[in-house]
Amino acid sequence: MSPEVIPTLFEVLTLQGGYNSALVIIGTTLLGLAAGIIGTYVTLRKRALMSDALAHSGLPGLCVAFILGTYVFGSGRSVPLLLLGAAISGAIGVATVQFLVSHTRLREDAAIGVVLSVFFGFGIVLLSFIQHMGTGEEGGLHHFIYGQTAAMQASDIYLLTALTLITLFSAFILFKEFRLISFDPGYAAAQGWPVQKLDLIMMFLVVIVTVVGFRSVGLILVIALLIIPGVAARFWSDKMTLVLVGGGLIGASSGYIGSVISSTNPHMPAGAIIVLTAGAFFLFSFLFAPKRGFLINLVYRLQDNYRFRKQLLAENMASGSGND
Amino acid sequence: MIESSLHQFLSVDAPAILAALFASLACALLGNFLVLRRVSLMGDAISHAVLPGIVIGFLVSGSRSIGPVFLGAAAAAILTAVLIDLIKRYGRIESGASMGVVFSIMFALGVLLIEQASARSVDLDADCLLHGQLETIFWFPPSTWTTLLQFSTLKELPQELLMAGGVFTISVALTYLIWKELKIFSFDPALTAALGFNTNFISLLLMIILAAAVVVSFKIVGSILVIGMIICPAAIARFWTDNLKVQVFLSLLFSAFAVVVGYFLATMGVRYIGIDYALSASGMMVTTLGVILMASVIAAPQYGIIGRAIRNFSLGISTEREDMLARLYKSLENEGRAILPMPAKTFRDKLIKFFARRDLKLSGLLINKGLSETGMAEAQRVVRAHRLWEGFLVTEAGLPPDHVHEPAEKLEHYTSAGMASALSGAQQDTTKDPHGRDIPELKSPKSS
Repeated sequence: MSPEVIPTLFEVLTLQGGYNSALVIIGTTLLGLAAGIIGTYVTLRKRALMSDALAHSGLPGLCVAFILGTYVFGSGRSVPLLLLGAAISGAIGVATVQFLVSHTRLREDAAIGVVLSVFFGFGIVLLSFIQHMGTGEEGGLHHFIYGQTAAMQASDIYLLTALTLITLFSAFILFKEFRLISFDPGYAAAQGWPVQKLDLIMMFLVVIVTVVGFRSVGLILVIALLIIPGVAARFWSDKMTLVLVGGGLIGASSGYIGSVISSTNPHMPAGAIIVLTAGAFFLFSFLFAPKRGFLINLVYRLQDNYRFRKQLLAENMASGSGND
Repeated sequence: MIESSLHQFLSVDAPAILAALFASLACALLGNFLVLRRVSLMGDAISHAVLPGIVIGFLVSGSRSIGPVFLGAAAAAILTAVLIDLIKRYGRIESGASMGVVFSIMFALGVLLIEQASARSVDLDADCLLHGQLETIFWFPPSTWTTLLQFSTLKELPQELLMAGGVFTISVALTYLIWKELKIFSFDPALTAALGFNTNFISLLLMIILAAAVVVSFKIVGSILVIGMIICPAAIARFWTDNLKVQVFLSLLFSAFAVVVGYFLATMGVRYIGIDYALSASGMMVTTLGVILMASVIAAPQYGIIGRAIRNFSLGISTEREDMLARLYKSLENEGRAILPMPAKTFRDKLIKFFARRDLKLSGLLINKGLSETGMAEAQRVVRAHRLWEGFLVTEAGLPPDHVHEPAEKLEHYTSAGMASALSGAQQDTTKDPHGRDIPELKSPKSS
């Protein structure tokens, strides 16, 4: 698609803005759905920031895959290879965090911070090496850091969408097991469920969603797509099924709106718009949700206060003492 | 005259190293308190979240002058800290998720603002903010030594260097002034509040100074690597000491070491592996910190994994040594001969048994036909401790007799002579244990 024929917003919204753009929108919406659902499990399991460590530690793998691709296959732009590299180094990052937490005196927060920054730092070193390789292809890597939906190729979208669907399918099949370990891992273990293996599968699905998210949301912001939908949906219900559906819907809408807006305006980066859309959903839920929302709780508190004062006043008048 | 190679060092390398040094020392100093308070990721959150503040400050003032940029960043940092707390408290969400929500939205806002600004061809570069641009810090030093230290030449020092130096000085001064308060606050915030200190004020002060350190580090190392500059040095120092003062000094030392080594590795070291251009110096500094951390995790004497494995192993040997003696004693008691079955399930078990047996033989406690005289005395001591504990646990602690073997099996290894006599003093019958077996008398090896 040449840049001067930018389709109108309505055309894009209804998937009529061209074959490629329709594919991008469908792919990103599905990604939002998958990330919303997997992310809900992850936040319930209290592993929100673990996925941040995972995303950042994908960078060196991405770079190594690019360098290998350039020297071995002649081109570093193979998306499957890049994703594989990112997934491997991301998984190493997560394993390192867990090793540090269980075998040394570092707490989880410090372990995450250390792994996240050191892996990313090493990735930056590799990136500066790549910039001097003179392949002219290193621009492609930037799409993985900041996220870029516009320039995706159809073959890449097929791969990313297939991965997303596999994740969705696994999350659907393992619904009962994941629900159990999210709420009460101790009980699950006592019931004879292989908690460690299930945790590993969950983490594996998170790895897939994360590296798929690199391409459209970027590795710095992909964590938002994992955390925000689940947290926002949590305000509306106490039922796991509803929270999962809500998280999926919020994630999907964010992906859809973000990719539509960014494909009509080149200065609206897809990743940032997707995250800000999810952020708007969050803000709305935080303020207006019934029962758990901020405003309704403010009202409750004022009411309590009022009732308490009234009672106090009544008691004082009855006893005839009064204040002062 | 200053010769040309030195002149180049003064104009390119020295300002970059010094600026990075000041920025990273300030970060490392503050990181100590974050790591101890278990809020390391506040550094992560703030370093992401100041981005929109910086961009807005930049757009409003229309220049890179540090004042408005700093104000914007500080405002964003305070807003972030407040929002995280607000959402955690009123949304009833765990702090990790709350941080993730706030900082990722703020960062997305920053990225969008940068894109919008570059659409209007304002010179702001996302890459610069992410990776830092240490390489762009220059100084034009004078050509002779005599003018080097004059005010007019020093005035021309790069702004980043002066800012980093300023923030470093302020954080050192602050730490020095409220050292006592910071110390209690780091270990026991509740006690700090109970003693009448305003903990909210201390944490806010810490966050503001942290924001300042993050802002000056942005240009130098970038928004994500600064997290490493904050957390890594303190995390490394924790492996080497339990003393806060020592920890702070060590963290500064490691931080300075990583800056200098990282810089030279990236600019000159790489030439030895055939790369004739400079790699990212800031990335290399954090990578160096990572290598130091890895070395500490492995080799630190007290908290490293090797040291801990060795201590575990030698404890295993001394425990097994006593268990062997007790087993020999019991087989003599039951069957009249000393037999020592050695079923070992794992390789580690086998090793431990081998060394325990070797140790018993070398120290003369075990001889060919069984226990030597001294070995017998030592075995009696262990068995006596075991049976005294069993008796004590039944009569004094009220445990049922079939539940006391397991705890006694552990406690016997930690029973000194004094404790054994205290145990026997606490019981009426010290001749039989709850299972009806004789408790061996304590006798010195000489008298038998």
